[in-house]
Amino acid sequence: MADPILSVRDLHTYFVADEGVVRAVDGTSFDLHSGRTLGIVGESGCGKSVTAKSILRIVERPGRIVSGQIMLRRQNGSTVDLTTLPTDGRDMRSIRGGEIGLVFQEPMSSLSAFHTIGNQLMEAIRLHTNLSKRAIREQAIELLAMVGIPRPAQRIDSYSFELSGGLRQRVMIAMALAAEPRVLIADEPTTALDVTTQAQILDLIRRLQQERDLAVMLITHDMGVIAEMADDVVVMYLGKEVEKGPVDDIFHAPRHPYTKSLLRSIPSVLAEPRSRLATITGSIPHPFARPGGCPFHPRCPDRHAVCEITVPAEVVIGENHVTACHLYNKVAA
Amino acid sequence: MTVLDVRHLRKHFPLRQGLLGRTSGYVKAVDDVSFSIEAGETLSLVGESGCGKTTTSRCILRAIKPSSGEILFRTANGEKIDVASLDKKQLRPLRRQMQMIFQDPFSSLNPRMTISEIIGEPLLVNGMTGTAERNKRVADLLELVQLPSAYLNRFPHAFSGGQRQRIGIARALALNPSLIVADEPVSALDVSVQAQIVNLMLDLQDRLGLAYLFVAHDLSVVKHVSHRVAVMYVGRIVEIAPTTSLFNTPGHPYTEALLSAVPVPDPRRRAQRIVLEGDVADPSDPPSGCHFHPRCQYATDQCRTETPELREIAPGHSVRCLRAEELSLLGVPTGA
Amino acid sequence: MSATTAESRVAVATQRQLIWWRFRKHKLALVSAFVVLAFYVVAVFADTIAYTEPFDTQASRSYIPPQPIHWFDAAGHFHPTVNALKGTRDPRTFKLAYVPDASEPRDLVLFGHGYEYRLFGIIPTDIHLLGVVNSRPQDALFLLGTDQLGRDVFSRLILASRTSLSIGLIGVVISLVLGVLLGGISGLYGGWIDVVIQRVIEILRSIPTIPLWMGLASAVPNSWTPQQVYFAITLIISLIGWTELARVVRGRFLALREEDFITAAELAGASQMRIIFKHMVPSFLSHIIAAVSLALPAMIISETTLSFLGLGLRPPAISWGVLLQDAQNLQTLALAPWLLVVALPVIVVILAFNFLGDGLRDAADPYG
Repeated sequence: MADPILSVRDLHTYFVADEGVVRAVDGTSFDLHSGRTLGIVGESGCGKSVTAKSILRIVERPGRIVSGQIMLRRQNGSTVDLTTLPTDGRDMRSIRGGEIGLVFQEPMSSLSAFHTIGNQLMEAIRLHTNLSKRAIREQAIELLAMVGIPRPAQRIDSYSFELSGGLRQRVMIAMALAAEPRVLIADEPTTALDVTTQAQILDLIRRLQQERDLAVMLITHDMGVIAEMADDVVVMYLGKEVEKGPVDDIFHAPRHPYTKSLLRSIPSVLAEPRSRLATITGSIPHPFARPGGCPFHPRCPDRHAVCEITVPAEVVIGENHVTACHLYNKVAA
Repeated sequence: MTVLDVRHLRKHFPLRQGLLGRTSGYVKAVDDVSFSIEAGETLSLVGESGCGKTTTSRCILRAIKPSSGEILFRTANGEKIDVASLDKKQLRPLRRQMQMIFQDPFSSLNPRMTISEIIGEPLLVNGMTGTAERNKRVADLLELVQLPSAYLNRFPHAFSGGQRQRIGIARALALNPSLIVADEPVSALDVSVQAQIVNLMLDLQDRLGLAYLFVAHDLSVVKHVSHRVAVMYVGRIVEIAPTTSLFNTPGHPYTEALLSAVPVPDPRRRAQRIVLEGDVADPSDPPSGCHFHPRCQYATDQCRTETPELREIAPGHSVRCLRAEELSLLGVPTGA
Repeated sequence: MSATTAESRVAVATQRQLIWWRFRKHKLALVSAFVVLAFYVVAVFADTIAYTEPFDTQASRSYIPPQPIHWFDAAGHFHPTVNALKGTRDPRTFKLAYVPDASEPRDLVLFGHGYEYRLFGIIPTDIHLLGVVNSRPQDALFLLGTDQLGRDVFSRLILASRTSLSIGLIGVVISLVLGVLLGGISGLYGGWIDVVIQRVIEILRSIPTIPLWMGLASAVPNSWTPQQVYFAITLIISLIGWTELARVVRGRFLALREEDFITAAELAGASQMRIIFKHMVPSFLSHIIAAVSLALPAMIISETTLSFLGLGLRPPAISWGVLLQDAQNLQTLALAPWLLVVALPVIVVILAFNFLGDGLRDAADPYG
């Protein structure tokens, strides 16, 4: 495989509050490659969104990156560690939007209600080019057409609240891609949408990825969306990456008990009607009360004494497939 | 035994304009909806946002007053009463027999009341004033939803989303209702907790013979809970059928598209899906003829002008499509 | 272990406890709460803390500067005294001027005897917090100096706080009753009642306050007793105050009506009364308390402004505004700058109320 465009190494992002420290991201490493989609999946509090925010350096206070590296291969060929750049410096601003595009879950709150979508889109283009006003407008219309907005020449002058949820998310994608970034981070891009609209948006992301050879980082809680879209998958639980591997391995040969239980517990349209689901006992602990040792041990069907004390190290299972679980560590130890 | 029989239910919201609030038209949120639910049965109402499924459920609970139609509810002593025609006072004795499970486990519990007060409230306001008797019943209800009775004096903020949803279910069960309307009861929960609540609802139904009206958008969850499914599109039921028939041999092109759009948690099944064009029609100005025709790949000229009726194409399987018999649509095979 | 006990403590904590725990973290608000409390303690015991009859005029003693307290005697022992005042005639103007006489220290004592008053309006006594031993009339204490008529500024200030702080409190109570009643009706019933009440509020709020007050205050007859004027002014001030509270209450009712737990109570068959008093009112009580503590300083400012402009309370009544009126002209300020000291408690109490209100509002916001 070619060199990654973006590579995250041992990222730790903590939130220090009066009540204690929340280790939102606690040692995550992965690579993004051109033309490939990395899916990051996990339930609430697993740190998937904070990972994305860390890459873009937009973690809200009191959160901050405690350690780790985020190496970005820039368009001019140089490589930079994003954790060393000032959050609001010129470099980081040109990387956000310029080299890494971002799509959020809530298109309504990410688009301004006071400017037309065209103005916002043209602003995004203007920040990264120095074309004439007319050329920028033409490019904006072209972008709207590219993301499948009907009658783009008219729609460019409408406001975000005049559009449906699906169209708004298309506008968001157009904005994210306005500066032709090579990396696209999509944080739950379809969670607020209906299924048929979700299918449209996922289709669109896939098509744009092929056309532009984008490296996509797709963050979601929906295993179905991951199965549909991802080439590689990182499964996270309470800030820890518990398993990482090619999508087929994750779904057909999962190794970590959390991945296994999670896959068993998701409802499926293929299931027998009125069949009971396998469950994971208990619930996700409060972030301040994170269990010691392996964070999953209180809910794990295969736990051992060691799981309560020691944090499991990552074990290589197969090609590009690793898991952090003592079950596989024992053989080596 | 039919618990609920909804006939020609309509809810039209007037569109008001101008300073004087002149009515300029109507949003037909629910437009001639009929279905029935048997004791011990789950009927799911599915569809995309704005299809009228939530309005339908709120009409049945009489949180909103329907514009027309009948909602025949079979009371505990066997009478059939039209809930749609009752006023607030007459409704109160019926309320206890129809309860609701809410979507948001956070806003559905009063943060200022303890668990025992929350679950005990329906008992208290319906005449069970003895504290000891009530506490006993609340403890039983907690056990029913598999929560330790030690939690009685805790406040909602001490519980996770899944636990709160159990508390909400316990409250709904307090008065022994025969019908429970569940409005997206698991969609706000984490995947690993969703399964627990789905299983709990199935168990409770088997034990107590409850009838569920399950309002949801997630077809995967729907498949795990329903006996029958009704699909709504722009205020109308377009298809209603037993779960297996609906998923295996859908009769309406919209159902086919919905099923096809659901992502399947298996990377080896990245099937060519049917991606619908455009958006859900505006219920204040729906398309002529069949509401679905502008997005339907099978539409003919006839679909643009003629409004299809809901017709039975197989036993218990009704479809609102002019071409229902001639089309052979793609479903999702069970267990494949 | 300690984590789990802390957790279960939080689990059974009432909403009120949670609010208190969150409020406690606001150091500034906590300090402000004590400041506000201290002010009201002073207001309640005003007559005890004052040591000179506040209406006691003596033209010859006008504009005496503040008398410093000497805490230690020559030997270095703790022995608080003030110097007696000695009247001297200016040889050119023949005006009587008082200068402290260091040769004649007067002992200060706690709980000395002074003028007679009724504590809490009931118990007759003449005990005051501070007193001068064996005081002769000319040795009276003037900690903050005197005004033009030779009245003790300190004692007047203390008694003025009683008037100003109580006007604020009574004004807020009247506003609260009106606001909760009308806001509640507006939010609960909606429809045309809501429209009417909202329009009334908008009209009241669109009238510029000062001219409105001026108009109303000038309608108060001159012949009224200070007590009657006091209540009239309180009413005038709360006329505007209630609108804000009514909006808060209406907004909370509207928001709560949409809450699922209210729907759940309706479905359970709870009566309208139970829903209002068991579910809705407790849910916004803390918001009301916060709104009140933010409305109070506005009331106090209103009274001060009106009286300062000569439209509110009039002498012989004393309030902060009335006292500040004395400090209105430049000549007085040049001659007797200590008269401006009245502004200090106004500023302190207004700031304290604002910090307290902010703290309460933050703490009252529910989880999530």
